[in-house]
Formats: sequence, C-alpha cells, structure tokens
Amino acid sequence: MITILSIAIDALAFGMVLFIISIGLSVMMGLARVVNLAHGAFAMIGGYIASYMLREAGAGFALSTIVAVAGTVAILMPLEFLLYRRLYRSGDAFRQILMTIGLTFLIIGITNSVFGPTSKPIPLPDALSGPLDIGFRMVPAHYVLVIGCGAITALGLWFLLDKTQFGTRIRATVDNAAMAEALGIRTEILYAATFALAVGLAALGGVLGAQLLPIEPYYAMRYMVIFLVVVSVGGAGSIIGALAASLVLGLASTVGKYMAPEFGDFFFYLTVILVVFIFPHGLLGARK
Amino acid sequence: MNDLLQLSDVSMSFGGLKVTQDVSFTLRSGDRVGLIGPNGAGKTTLVNLVTGNLAPMSGRILLQGEDVTHAGISHRVRHGLVRTFQITRLFQTLSVADNVALALLQRKGLAMGFLTSATERPEIRDEWTRILHVTGLESRAYDPVSVLAYGEQRLVEIAIALALNPKVLLLDEPAAGIPHEETHRVLDAIAALPADIAILMIEHDIDLVFRFASRVLVLANGKLICDGTPETVAANDEVRSAYLGSYANDRRSA
Amino acid sequence: MTAINTVAKATGSRLPSWIRYEVTAFAVVAALGMVGYLLFPYDLALLTRIIAVTFLILSLDLVTGYAGVVTLGQAAIFGVAAYAVGNACLAGITDPVILLGVGIVAGVMMGLLSGVLISRFSALPQLVISIAFGQLIAALANKLSQFTGGSDGLAGFMPSAVLGVFEFDLFGRTSFGFSLVVLAVVLALLLRFVQSPFGLMCRGIRDDALRARMIGTAVYPRLIIMYGVSGAVAGVGGALAAINVGVVSLHSVSFELSAEALVMLVIGGAGHLWGALLGSVLFQLFGHFVGSTNPFHWLTIVGATLVLITLFAPKGLYAAAVSAVSKFRKGRVA
Repeated sequence: MITILSIAIDALAFGMVLFIISIGLSVMMGLARVVNLAHGAFAMIGGYIASYMLREAGAGFALSTIVAVAGTVAILMPLEFLLYRRLYRSGDAFRQILMTIGLTFLIIGITNSVFGPTSKPIPLPDALSGPLDIGFRMVPAHYVLVIGCGAITALGLWFLLDKTQFGTRIRATVDNAAMAEALGIRTEILYAATFALAVGLAALGGVLGAQLLPIEPYYAMRYMVIFLVVVSVGGAGSIIGALAASLVLGLASTVGKYMAPEFGDFFFYLTVILVVFIFPHGLLGARK
Repeated sequence: MNDLLQLSDVSMSFGGLKVTQDVSFTLRSGDRVGLIGPNGAGKTTLVNLVTGNLAPMSGRILLQGEDVTHAGISHRVRHGLVRTFQITRLFQTLSVADNVALALLQRKGLAMGFLTSATERPEIRDEWTRILHVTGLESRAYDPVSVLAYGEQRLVEIAIALALNPKVLLLDEPAAGIPHEETHRVLDAIAALPADIAILMIEHDIDLVFRFASRVLVLANGKLICDGTPETVAANDEVRSAYLGSYANDRRSA
Repeated sequence: MTAINTVAKATGSRLPSWIRYEVTAFAVVAALGMVGYLLFPYDLALLTRIIAVTFLILSLDLVTGYAGVVTLGQAAIFGVAAYAVGNACLAGITDPVILLGVGIVAGVMMGLLSGVLISRFSALPQLVISIAFGQLIAALANKLSQFTGGSDGLAGFMPSAVLGVFEFDLFGRTSFGFSLVVLAVVLALLLRFVQSPFGLMCRGIRDDALRARMIGTAVYPRLIIMYGVSGAVAGVGGALAAINVGVVSLHSVSFELSAEALVMLVIGGAGHLWGALLGSVLFQLFGHFVGSTNPFHWLTIVGATLVLITLFAPKGLYAAAVSAVSKFRKGRVA
C-alpha cells in the first residue's frame, strides 16, 4: 500500500515534469506544424544557466530559475528568426527533423565547450530539499513545487488559449493559417510569441525537473525522444492530451523503475509502442 | 455480363449531413457517361465511394459482378477500376516513362522483380513508348514529372490510366486548370482509349461533358436527379433549376 | 570521390547492361580501397570499421532515401545482427562466410519486424515508433547480458580463416580485403535492386503513397519487404563489424548510432547509393580525426554542418556535386 502510494506520487511528479517541458513543444507543433527535436536542448540550456547561477554566481533558487528562463528565451529567439521561421508549416518533416537534430548537436557541443563537460547539479534550497508533511504522508518538498507548477502551467495555458484574444488568434491560425492572415492576424508575431512561450516553459521544466531528469552533457539527446513521445501520444496542441500522456508515460516509467529496474526504459518504450498502436491519432485525438 | 459497375442505393453522410442519398446507376461496356452537378452536389464524395477512399453507410457497389462495397482501393484497381485525380497526383521525382512503367508493371504482375530493370524490359518498354505516343508525351519520356507544365501532367494522369488497362475509368475533372484551347488534347487522349471500357467523366465544364458523353447523370444535394441523353438532360426542368440554385428552395416549399 | 563516380558512370553507360552494375561497383570499390590503403596503410582497422558502418548507411538509404520512411531506429537491426554473429561464433560457427549468412538472417528478421511496426504509420507517429523500437532493443541488449555482455560488450570470439585460406591477421589485411569484396558484391546487387520494378515502386510510394495505391499497389506489404531487404544489408554490416573487430558493444544498438547514421546519409545525399557511400566515408574519416581530439567540438561541427546542409544543399553533397558538374559541363559546351 505504502509502495503503491509512493509510486503514484513519484509518477505524478515525473509526469508533471514531462508535462511542463513538453507542453510548449506540443503547442508549437499544433500551431506551426514543426517537428522540433531540439526542444530537449532548450530545457538543457535552462538547466545549465540555473546551475551556473546557483553554483558559480551564488544566486538564490528563485532568482536562478527566473534568469534561466529569461536567458534561454533571449539566447534562442535569434534562432527563431534565422532557422525556425523557415520550417513553419513547410510540410517537409524530414527537413525539420534534420535541422533540429543538427541544432541539438550544435547546442550540446557549444554548451559543453563553454561550461565544461560535467554534469550540472541544481542544488535545492533548504526549504525544498527536505520532506514535507501533507497530512497523511511525507513527500519530498520539491515534488509539491513541481506538481504545483505543473497544475499552474496547465491552468494558465488553458486560460491563455481559451479565454484571451491571444488564444483566439492562435486557435484561428491553427485552424486555417491563410484565413487568419487574411483576417489581419500577424501570424509571424504569433509564431514568435508562441516559440518564446515554448522555450520558456522548456527551460522552467528543465530547472524544476533536474532532480528527476538530471542535467548532464548529453541531456538534449537522452531525453529528446521522451518529449516528442509525449506530444505524439497526447496529440499535438492539446493541453489535456499532453497532460494525460505525461501522466501515463510518467506512470509507465516509474512503475518500470520500481518493479524491474534492470530493464531500464524497456517498459516505458513498450508502453509507447502499445499506446501509438491503440491510439494512432493520440490519446484524445479524433478517430478518423 | 455487360454491367461493369453497378451502384445500388448507396448512401453516405458526414455528421448527420447526407452527402450521398440512395444513388443507383449502372455503367456498361462502352459507356461514355458524364457526371455533372452544381458545386457541393457531392460529386467528389461519390467518386471516393466508388474508388474505395470512403466506405458507404448503406447500399452496394458491384464491380464486374463482384461485391466490392467494403474492398480496399488497390483491390478495386486490380479488378479494373481506375481513376484520375482532380488535382494531379503523380510520382513527382520520377520520369514520365517511370510513372507509366510503374502502372504497367503493376498491372502485368511484374512489380515484384528485384534485380531486373524496371523500364528497359522489352515488353514494358514497347508499351510505355506506345502509350506516350498516343498521349503525345514522347518527347517528355525522360523528364521528371515535376518539370512538366500542368496540362502535360494531366496527360500523364491519362497515360497512367491507360497503362492500367481499366474496365471502368473515372476521370475526375480531367480538364481542370487547362487553358480552354488545350482541352482538345485531353479529349483526343480520351478518344484514343479502348472502345469497350466504361468511362465516367466528372466535370463541371458542361460544354466538355456534352462533347464527350452519350449519357449524363446529374447529381444535386447528394441525389441523382436525372439520368439520360444530353438532350433529355438539357431539357429537364429539375436540372435547370438545380443549376440556377433554386433547387433547394423549391424542395423546401414543396 | 565524385570524380570516381563520374568516371565509373561514364564507363558504365558503355557497358552491356547485364554486367554494367557489377563492373561499376567493383571498379569504384577497388579504387576506394586502393586510395584508402595508400593513405592509411597502418590504420586498416579504421577503414574496416568505416566499411561495416557503410552497410548500415546503405540500409538506411533503402528505407529512408528510396522508400521515404524516416527512422531513428535503424541501428537496432545492425546491432542485433552483430550480437547474433558474435553468439554464433562463440557457439562454434566460425566460418566467416557462414557468419555473414547468420548476420543476414538476423538482419532480415529484425528488418521485417521493424517494417511491420514502423512503416505501419506515417509522420510523427512513425518517427516515434522507430525511436521507441530502437530504445526497446537497446534496453533489452543491456538487460540480456548473457548474450550481449551488457556494458562490457560481447568479446572473446575468433572467426576462422576466410574460405579456409585467409587467416585474420594482426594488421587487418584480411579483414580489409574481405570487407571490400563483400561491399562490392552488395553494392552491385543494390545498384540493380534500386532500378528494378520493386525499387522503382518504392520510390513511387515515397513520392505519393495514395497514388501508388491508386495504381493497385498494396503499400504496407511492400514497405515491409523493403525493410527486409534493408535488414539484410544492415545485417551484413553488423556481421562484418563483429567479425572484424571481435567485440560488439552497446553502441551498435544505440540511439546515437541511429542518429549518426541518419546524419551521414543526409550529408551524402538520401536517395542515392553513391550519396550514402560518400556520406559514410566522409563523416567517419573526419569523425576519426576531429572527434578523437574533442567529442564536443566534433558535435558542434556535425551540428553546424547539418544545419547548413538543410539550408543550402537539402539533397546532400552527392546531388549538389552532380548538379555542379553538369552545370560546369553545360558551361563548357556553351
């Protein structure tokens, strides 16, 4: 019973980390139809900056997180202008995959040349590193932070996409980009703003999730796949879908690690294959 | 056994909207039939039902006497049902000869050769040369399809259809996007097709249909409202009002 | 390299068709082998490794370049074949030619399985399944250490002499010669295969799968068969890697190798066998000299190259070179 509960809490925390990082990728793929394998590299840059701020510059956790998110967005926006813009709605998935793999390699190479090829721990402040009593159980305090941030991200994005004018424009563009442009929506600004949002969330997830997905030199390549899997399983552009996919995959991964650690990611990827076969259009996608 | 294609009471709806309602007709050997109807009449859906891109909700489709209502696309093609596309769908990076050769190889059951040459085999080579001659594409044989002008791509569509030796041929707006003065090239290519096959041409250029067809089907709001010679169709009041757009209103008041 | 190809093509086109591809393949491979031997006489092991991986790139070209299936899981086929050959050798089957057969059988089986799973889908689900399948095999290889040696690698097997005559020597001359001959044979077969009815149909499917269906082709079974052929080629590579090196490591089933393979293919030019060969040789030679000094500089260079290629030469170096040569010729004629 205790084990089941702790597996569930671990899975929830892990799923929320996956969600925070992947949801930006999902929204971007729904909007601009771009398969972006470099999304994990965005999270990695956030992690590297936060680790540097905490360990070298001596800043606090909150400040480091904010600088990491802002810094990652600032570093990557030029790439939006130079590279990503050419890929939006191009329909050439092969080219998108290649360019973003290239970008991933480039980011891994450069960050490790700059910061040195070692793993980059993100030490938690005292308030987050201990256990926290949530009434009936003790749980790691940072899990509460991660789960809370995940919930806030989901609600915030739902509000942004469903209740604001910005969201209306995004939904119009997702439906029909040419029509949206004809109606005077400046789609290139919309794409850039969404890209910034996606990058910021990736960096946030990279920092908050560092206890579960440790920041290390090959982070971008090791987890590149997982975020893509979440989007594919959840269906591009769907918040609920991404949340469901994150939780299902978080559960598969955590259960696998508890029950059969020697099998590594075997059960995680088995779940992925099964889910894609059973729900080829995503967990919540419309069946054609 | 002259009935090549037979539809009986075929119906289809999307989300409650009936786009095809109890459509029945038969194509026999040698038929030259035009299918016309105003925009939104359901022509494309009907074509997709016949080819197997869509499965009907009710009704039956027989191809050369065999029930193919729920058979797949490639099964129907192998049994003699061939279509051309409204927007050309060709193998863009392959040459014109390759496009036609693929259809020939497929039809002759030679497509599973692994170490022989695809295009240079004598019986294949002779036949694609003949087909390109008939369709006037000889000089383009080795050009990739992607560099061809739009009108020529439409001719490649017909060349492929020819290579598949169809019993029933559906021509989906064969002249769409071609300058009016060049439509004769398309009609010439169609006239060169074997006389015994059944051809159904879907067109909204009524002039073209009347030059081609000996029988015309008229579709409006998913229903077949007329089936007869061009003269009877031209004289039919219901057809005229359908084309004038008052069809829907009349029905509602009736 | 391109010069060699052009020469080979020029002579090839004058040859009778029944032997054209064989002569071309053997001429190109012999020329490459000679150049390689003259440049690196003391590093034949490097050249032999390059040849083994070249089969992986050729196999990837068949499914990705010729049939349009984008996969990041091709190393699974290569690696499983290598493990199969290693285990067969440990079990007492030491004849290199028979071991090659073992690699091919393992490769075909893995290829068919990949095909059933991966080519069932298109677009993002296809990519995701390919990755998941590759990672599944990698996790299994790590777990089943009694067959794979786990992270230490599978070692301690020793193939006997090729055809009972040529013993494997310390300098790697036998390995090098054996690999070159196998490469020439496979290349000749593949040159025939890609212009065969089946090869042409796969290119048609790549261009437009619905169109292929509308001329009566059953697309999915064909892609599975193509995967089987591709698996055979990858299996040859895996077998050679095991036979020549004597060690099979987890790297041979890894996601990294699958991703590198895709990069090599694209740099050379997907959809051309010569492009696959070119990309494989260039990438690995540079990788050997640059990558051994600092892996992160190497990653930076690869990443930048890939971005630049997708921007400026999306069809790869081979196609870019061919079009440059033909422009140059036209310029001279005019």
